[in-house]
Amino acid sequence: MSAVEKGTELPPLELRVTRADLVRYAGASGDLNPIHWSDRVATGVGLPGVIAHGMLTMALAARFVTAWVGDPSAVRSYGVRFTRPVVVPDDDEGALVELSGKVTDVTDGIAKVAITARCDGKTVLGRAVAEVALPS
Amino acid sequence: MPDASFVGTALAPSAPYLVGREKIKEFALAVGEGASVCSDVDAARAAGHPDVVAPPTFAVTFTMPLIEGFLRDPAFGWDYSRMVHGDQSIVLHRPIHGGDELVTVIHVEDLSTRAGSHMLTLRCEVTAVDGTAVATTKALLVTGS
Repeated sequence: MSAVEKGTELPPLELRVTRADLVRYAGASGDLNPIHWSDRVATGVGLPGVIAHGMLTMALAARFVTAWVGDPSAVRSYGVRFTRPVVVPDDDEGALVELSGKVTDVTDGIAKVAITARCDGKTVLGRAVAEVALPS
Repeated sequence: MPDASFVGTALAPSAPYLVGREKIKEFALAVGEGASVCSDVDAARAAGHPDVVAPPTFAVTFTMPLIEGFLRDPAFGWDYSRMVHGDQSIVLHRPIHGGDELVTVIHVEDLSTRAGSHMLTLRCEVTAVDGTAVATTKALLVTGS
């Protein structure tokens, strides 16, 4: 990690999100909103289908960064905008979320990472930035 | 129509929330956070932590129910059924650990209305029971009229 500097790219990560993952996250987070598990309710409110919790997408992008830095306790701050929902089909493959990231600044051992999260080629998180303490 | 007189106020502090070791493990599993410090107390202690470490977005598990309770209060006049989450941020003053007892105060920071949509910014200040700062979260929530 000593070579981390502005411009360093994180190794990209591809994650699949299935309906089972949504059910598990609903239970763990307590967010039982039926748009995350019922096609009937999701389409009834105008969504194309069941969508992943925004907070799950945010957590997956955090996992991408913590795996890179090697320590989930290294995160100092983290923020995202929810720009587009991740639609999760009712099949075994689910939705593919592609994560990439780049270090935009390193100051006093804290790296600022700009994260890109895409699904179906479209960005699903905007202004996703995490500040992480680099191992000394 | 949400009641703008709430803007600038803070709600009463929550009851202390006891962070369960198994809850952290469950949350880490749900988001695929595989680091052993999140699930193995011995690994966490070997890394210098008092107990297992919560993944960065864990605070949502206890702050969102408090936010929902406020937004469902008819006194505020918010249409919870049509709400979408606009953005979310968290500042961790220190990691959250198993065994922490945490108190949350919700601050109603901002409310604006544009083209029939209401945009609400809520800030949660999370502290340990001794008052030390643990996390500051901020959510932008949007709903229709």
